[in-house]
Amino acid sequence: MMEKTIDVMRQAKRNTAIDADDHGLSLPTGEFAQPEYHEQRERAFELRNVSVHYGDTPAVKDVTMDIFRNNITALIGPSGCGKSTLLRCMNRMNDLIPSATVEGTLRYHGEDIYGPKVDPVQVRKIIGMVFQKPNPFPKSIYDNVAFGPRTLGMKGNEREIVKDALVRAGLWDEVKDRLDDNAYGMSGGQQQRLCIARCIAVEPDVILMDEPCSALDPISTARIEDLMLELKERYSIVIVTHNMQQAARVSDMTGFLMVQLTEDEKSRWGELVEYDETAKIFTNPADARTEDYIAGKVG
Amino acid sequence: MSVNQDEHRLAGRARIAVAGARAATGDVFGRSSRRERLGNVVFPALLLLALSVALAGLLAIIVWAVVEGGSRANVDLITNGTSRLDAASAGYREAILGSLYVIGGVILLIVPLGVGAAIYLEEYADKTRWWNRLIELNIQNLAGVPSIVFGILGLAFVVRGPLSLGFVAAAGAITVAMLVLPTVIIAAREAIRAVPPSIREGSLALGATQWQTIRRQVLPAAFSGILTGTILAVARAFGEAAPLLLVGATTFVTFDPSLFENRFTTLPVQIFNYSKQPQEEFQVLAAGGALVMITLLVVVNSFAIGLRNKFERRW
Ligand SMILES: Nc1ncnc2c1ncn2[C@@H]1O[C@H](COP(=O)(O)OP(=O)(O)OP(=O)(O)O)[C@@H](O)[C@H]1O
Ligand SMILES: [Mg+2]
Repeated sequence: MMEKTIDVMRQAKRNTAIDADDHGLSLPTGEFAQPEYHEQRERAFELRNVSVHYGDTPAVKDVTMDIFRNNITALIGPSGCGKSTLLRCMNRMNDLIPSATVEGTLRYHGEDIYGPKVDPVQVRKIIGMVFQKPNPFPKSIYDNVAFGPRTLGMKGNEREIVKDALVRAGLWDEVKDRLDDNAYGMSGGQQQRLCIARCIAVEPDVILMDEPCSALDPISTARIEDLMLELKERYSIVIVTHNMQQAARVSDMTGFLMVQLTEDEKSRWGELVEYDETAKIFTNPADARTEDYIAGKVG
Repeated sequence: MSVNQDEHRLAGRARIAVAGARAATGDVFGRSSRRERLGNVVFPALLLLALSVALAGLLAIIVWAVVEGGSRANVDLITNGTSRLDAASAGYREAILGSLYVIGGVILLIVPLGVGAAIYLEEYADKTRWWNRLIELNIQNLAGVPSIVFGILGLAFVVRGPLSLGFVAAAGAITVAMLVLPTVIIAAREAIRAVPPSIREGSLALGATQWQTIRRQVLPAAFSGILTGTILAVARAFGEAAPLLLVGATTFVTFDPSLFENRFTTLPVQIFNYSKQPQEEFQVLAAGGALVMITLLVVVNSFAIGLRNKFERRW
C-alpha cells in the first residue's frame, strides 16, 4: 500500500501538464491570488493553511503557498520565524519532535503528505533533506554515499551509483583517490557537498536545504550554489537561507516569513508575508515589510 | 544612546589610564592575586594526593601478591586441580573453568539484554510516560543494590523457585548477570546518547527506517562505549564472590564444572577458601590465585582499551 502511494506520487510527477483543479483545489485566495506563475509551472507542493505548534506554542501559522517543480524556492526571514519548521514539515521530519503538531494540508503532487496511509519513511525517500551543519556519518566517504542506496535496497551497481552521485555533487575529482578515508577528515565545504551527494544518491525528487551554506566560506558557498543551479534540472529544491544575495542569485521563487506578535507581545509566531517570483520580491515587493527586511532595516 | 556612549568613552579612558600606569611600573598585565596563585598550587597538589592514594593501594596489592604468591607462579597453578591436603601441588583448574563458565553465561545474557534495554529506553521509550520514567529510576537504583541481595534473589528464583536450576554454574551466571545488568544498561545508554542526533536525522532524512538507523548508524557509532561498559561489567562479575556463594559456588569442588549439572566454584571463591585454611602453604596458594586474577583482569582491561581506541569515534 505504501509502495502504491509512492507510485502515485511518482506517476503524478511524470504528468507534466498537471492542472491544479484536477485535485479539487481552489487557487489560493487573497494576496496569494496573484497570478501568472500558476499557469506556467507544474506544482510540486501545495501548502494550504499550514500551521505548526510545538506543544501549545505556535511556530508558524496559516502558510499557503505553491512550490514548483524544477524550481529553486527560497525561504527567507528573520531568525525564529519558522523557516526550518516549515521546511521540516515538507518531508515529515517534524514527526521526530514529539511535541510538534501540523495542521492544514500539505500536498505533494496532489497526494496529502500527512494522509493516514502515507508512511513518513516513504515520504523521506522522495523528499530528501540537507541540513545546516554538515552531518556526514562517521564512516568512509564511500560508505556515506552508499548508505542510502544500500539501506533502501536500490538496484544497480553500487560503485556506479556512488560515483554518479559524487560526480553530480561536484566532489568526485577531489575524493576519487580517498574514497575509503573517513568523511570527518574533509573540509566543511566538502562535507556539505558529500551530504548533498548522499542525498542525491537515493534519487529523491525534491531536496530540502536548511541553510546549507551558513557554515561555509564564500568559495564553498559559490560551489554549492552552482551545484544547486545544475541540480534543479532534475530536482525541485527548497532552500532556507539568511543570505539575501544567495536567495536572489539562485532562487526562482522567494517566500518571506516574518515574526508576528500579539498585542500584549505574549505570543509570537511566524507568518508568510509575501511569496512571489524572486525578481519581483527583490525589486518590487508588494509588502512594505518585505522591502524593509530586504533593505536590511529589520530582522 | 548618547549617555551610553559617554559611559563607554569614560570606561575606555579609565582603562587606558590604568594600562598607562601599569606600563610605567613595567607591569603591563598586572599580577594575579596571592589567593589565585595559592589556589593554582594547592588544588593540583590535592588532586595528585588523591590519585597517589588510589595508585598506592593498587600497587600494594600487586606487590603483596607477587611477594607472597610469586613462588607458585607457574603453569601448575592454573592446570592443577583443587586439593585440601597438598597445598604445594594444588591449583585452580576447576575454579578457573568455573569462572569461565559463569562469565561466558554472563556475557551471553548481558549483551543482548543490556543493549536491548538501552536501545528501548533511548530510542523508543516516550519519556513523558510514567512507566518509562519508573523503569529508568529502577535501573538507577538497581545499580546500587548490594550484591548479596542478588545472591538471595538468585537462590530464591533461579536455584529454587520458578527456574529451579539447582546449585549449578548456570544459576551463578544468571545471578551475576542480574547483578551487573544495570551497569551495562546505563553504560550502553550513555554510549547511545552520545551519538549526535544529527546522525540519526541524516539517516532518517534519506528514507531509512528507525530500526535501520539504529542498526546501521547508532549502534556502530556507540559500539566502543557499549563495549567498554560491557567489559567493565564483566570484570566486576569476574571478581564477585558473595552472590555465588549463595547459589552453589562451594568449597572444594574437585571435578570440572558443567553449566547445568553439579556444583561449581570460581576463582575468587576458591581464593577465599584457600585463604581460610590454617596452613601457611595455603596462604601462598591464595596469593598465587590473586596473582592469576590480577593478571586476567589486566589482560581483559587492556584488550578492552585497545578495542575502544580502535573503534573510538570523533564527531
Ligand atoms: N523542537 C522545538 N521545540 C519547541 N520549539 C521549537 C522547536 N524548534 C523550533 N521551535 C520554535 O519554533 C520557532 C520557529 O523556529 P525555527 O527553527 O523554525 O525558526 P527559523 O526561522 O528556522 O530560525 P533560524 O533562522 O534561527 O534557523 C521558534 O520560536 C523556536 O523557538
Ligand atoms: Mg532554522
